[in-house]
Amino acid sequence: MNLNLKIWRQKDANDKGKIVEYPIANVSEHMSFLEMLDVLNEELIEKGDEPVAFDHDCREGICGMCSLYINGEAHGPDRGVTTCQLHMRKFKDGDTIFIEPFRATALPVVKDLVVDRSAMDRIQQAGGFVSVNTSGNTQDANAIPIAKENADKAFDAATCIGCGACIATCKNSSAMLYVSAKVSQFSLLPQGQVEAKERVKNMVNKMDEEGFGNCTNTGACEVECPKGISLENISRMNREFLAANFSSKK
Amino acid sequence: MKLDSKVPEGNLKDKWTNYKDSINLVNPANKRNIDIIVVGTGLAGGSASATLAELGYNVKAFCYQDSPRRAHSIAAQGGINAAKNYQGDGDSTYRLFYDTVKGGDYRSREANVFRLAEVSTNIIDQCVAQGVPFARDYGGLLDNRSFGGVLVSRTFYAKGQTGQQLLLGAYSAMNRQIARGKIKMNNRHEMLDIVIVDGKARGIIARNLVTGEIERHSAHAVVIASGGYGNVYFLSTNAMGSNATAAWKAHKKGAHFANPCYTQIHPTCIPRSGDYQSKLTLMSESLRNDGRIWVPKNKKDVDALRNGTIRAVDISEADRDYYLERRYPAFGNLVPRDVASRAAKERCDAGFGVNQTGEAVFLDFSAAIERYGKEQALLKGLDSNNKDKVKELGTEIVRSKYGNLFQMYEKIVDENPYQTPMMIYPAVHYTMGGIWVDYNLMTSVDGLYAIGEANFSDHGANRLGASALMQGLADGYFVLPYTIGDYLSNDIRTGPISTSSKEFDVAEKEVVERIEKLINNKGSNTVDHYHKKLGKIMWDKCGMARTEKGLKDAMSEIKKLREDFWENVSIPGNSSEMNKELEKAGRVADFLELGELFAKDALERNESCGGHFREEYATLEGEAERDDKDFSYVSAWEYKGEPADAILHKEELSFENIEVKVRSYK
Ligand SMILES: Cc1cc2nc3c(=O)[nH]c(=O)nc-3n(C[C@H](O)[C@H](O)[C@H](O)COP(=O)(O)OP(=O)(O)OC[C@H]3O[C@@H](n4cnc5c(N)ncnc54)[C@H](O)[C@@H]3O)c2cc1C
Ligand code: SF4
Ligand code: FES
Repeated sequence: MNLNLKIWRQKDANDKGKIVEYPIANVSEHMSFLEMLDVLNEELIEKGDEPVAFDHDCREGICGMCSLYINGEAHGPDRGVTTCQLHMRKFKDGDTIFIEPFRATALPVVKDLVVDRSAMDRIQQAGGFVSVNTSGNTQDANAIPIAKENADKAFDAATCIGCGACIATCKNSSAMLYVSAKVSQFSLLPQGQVEAKERVKNMVNKMDEEGFGNCTNTGACEVECPKGISLENISRMNREFLAANFSSKK
Repeated sequence: MKLDSKVPEGNLKDKWTNYKDSINLVNPANKRNIDIIVVGTGLAGGSASATLAELGYNVKAFCYQDSPRRAHSIAAQGGINAAKNYQGDGDSTYRLFYDTVKGGDYRSREANVFRLAEVSTNIIDQCVAQGVPFARDYGGLLDNRSFGGVLVSRTFYAKGQTGQQLLLGAYSAMNRQIARGKIKMNNRHEMLDIVIVDGKARGIIARNLVTGEIERHSAHAVVIASGGYGNVYFLSTNAMGSNATAAWKAHKKGAHFANPCYTQIHPTCIPRSGDYQSKLTLMSESLRNDGRIWVPKNKKDVDALRNGTIRAVDISEADRDYYLERRYPAFGNLVPRDVASRAAKERCDAGFGVNQTGEAVFLDFSAAIERYGKEQALLKGLDSNNKDKVKELGTEIVRSKYGNLFQMYEKIVDENPYQTPMMIYPAVHYTMGGIWVDYNLMTSVDGLYAIGEANFSDHGANRLGASALMQGLADGYFVLPYTIGDYLSNDIRTGPISTSSKEFDVAEKEVVERIEKLINNKGSNTVDHYHKKLGKIMWDKCGMARTEKGLKDAMSEIKKLREDFWENVSIPGNSSEMNKELEKAGRVADFLELGELFAKDALERNESCGGHFREEYATLEGEAERDDKDFSYVSAWEYKGEPADAILHKEELSFENIEVKVRSYK
């Protein structure tokens, strides 16, 4: 198929940036979206132009490195996939495709389609861990049985890949889904409950400090999340947060 | 220089305990004055960084991605081994040790493997304490599955995302130390050289991938945890950025490179679909617990499949060749990877490949779906003869076990694997070879360590499934923190290492010159042009079956390609900005050297063992023929300029606690 790509080009963080049009021919429906961009880049380099910078690594939907806002949707039109898992069979001959970076104040553009997500790491540093030393002297792994249901729910929350699609999709640029996934994982496990209160307060405060917006329950994040992280996690985090603040006031 | 593996004296079972009891320690106040650089934040580097920081050292960690959480360990699917014997099926430290040495075709160091098996159980305890959500059974206890090459269930897992969950565990431990200021994390940084001062590794030169700045970082010791070099084949299951650069630079600065030709070709990957293909996707080995591998018995069915006139499900049981079950009745579909891959190649070479390219076999779940479905029907008191119900119930079980893998497959191939068998073919997956290290995980350069997939240790000529995650975490959480302390105990009076020495000047200058050469080359070919060509040579001549002639050709072809690269490669943009082509170019330049050493190593090893299969050394039935008399050693290569001039050092392997046998899975 032949396509007309409209891609965001921005030299660096200080550049204003603009959309540039690139026609591309003979795209196979079996290609992944990023392979289509690889082909475009090879053509650009051969012509002496600068290739389009975009982030990617595993190309199998697990590292969370790829991003892209495709035709107004984070990770493109398919559901439950990351951009690297999106295939060209989702498009048709003659389509115009807008390709832009994830946008949020807290995730500034670095170059073209590459954004800086380090604020997301900083939220994890504020409390996304269990304070246990890696000494090897912990108790036996089977010493505390964990109900399968909780273990499964904790796992589901823990599958967040930290891609930032939820943030880019949210009209408030809220990071609630992302943060609540980590808070939920730990609050569902006995190992995480010991510091649950401190954790939720610290992570939520950090999130606010980093300039992520408030959650107004639009639910857009859940729709675009490639890993199906559920809104249930946000409710769980809200409960945890209220409980934590209530108990600290006492 | 003579290779000294520094394996402690004493009984195999006591070596590690005695070692720990007798090493020198660094007191907490002194640890505060010692810096350690860790290159890589995968399971190996992440766990090492967290633990070293926890102990009190100042850690400077590096990764090329935008966050440590994205290291390629994240993509590991199936699971992690540990000799917990929770299933009571006869597992033990010795058995895990035995399976690993045998699986590695008796080409690994006994003492290292035993230590690995010993600490394996701590890993699971540690990860659970960190909040890693492993799969559990209805009683709330940890669940296990089986992997290839073993007869017990010792693999712990978190659906098909075990690597992700373990890495996020290590990442969380790192985050705790980053918050305390004990780890300084350098994201989007690529290490481009090692700096050696007075014979000791004292720092690195790194490029800031956002600004293009070349930076100097110093430390008292440097740890390489940069992963494997499977991308030398261009197409592999590794991440796009996975590279050999850090390991190769270490090699060029004096670290011997061991067994480069030991590569694992994984039997179950999604076959390639076209020239634009950028990487291959693994379908976890855990699928072989429940999937049966087959091709048609008759050529006419093969033709019909390729023409699209019939589908897999139209072929009757009697006309299917479950070739692994046929050839290896004892292990069946769970033979080790090297064996399964060669068997698939054998059938496809004989013309039985089931897709257009002739390079695919079926991995079929219908029997498992039926088996689970019947069991569920019985448990739920439903009619176990109702085919549709059984299928529905069985599908649910399979979905709960492998859901994400099936989804991944469906997204890529556009076929529903619950209804038709998957198509799979072997692909490059893991490199057993790597930087040579002694028992302390130190390379042949003082103060330079290598851990995880980047080193050569533990897996011999073939790695068993679910053992890389085990090794990475064992190295990082439980081994290196002891061994590096012993070394650093001599450094407590050294004080901070300056970055203004002439050694840093020289190293930085070399890095800058090389980058400028690449940028100013203005040739006519893209980096990928060379990478693809290299990949083709590697796959055709250094792949699943190797010959003397092929390897000789490979060496000369790679050398020519390398020369062509430096003449004619073209890199757009400049060096003082984010420049992804420049990053790729540096990595490919290193692959173009490593590839040649790889072929040389394979040529020198006149035997077949594990992932290294030389057509000249095979039995009449096509099984690998090992030569223990002449080749029971580790090949450690010393850098001497051109890869062809590398000098071979042999570390002889002796087996005192295990009887060396022909590896049979029949
Ligand atoms: C698809 C797939 C599935 C797998 N499944 C399993 C499994 O189920 N069980 C199992 O046991 N094993 C599995 N493996 C193997 C296992 O995942 C790897 O061997 C292991 O995770 C490697 O860990 P590592 O820490 O050594 O390196 P990696 O996780 O690869 O980390 C490398 C790190 O080094 C950094 N780095 C690299 N070069 C540089 C440089 N020049 N400068 C700075 N930083 C650098 C990277 O940024 C990264 O942080 C799988 C592998 C793949 C590819
Ligand atoms: S919650 Fe979903 S969308 Fe948000 S970062 Fe995690 S995986 Fe990405
Ligand atoms: S590249 Fe890793 S998730 Fe897309």
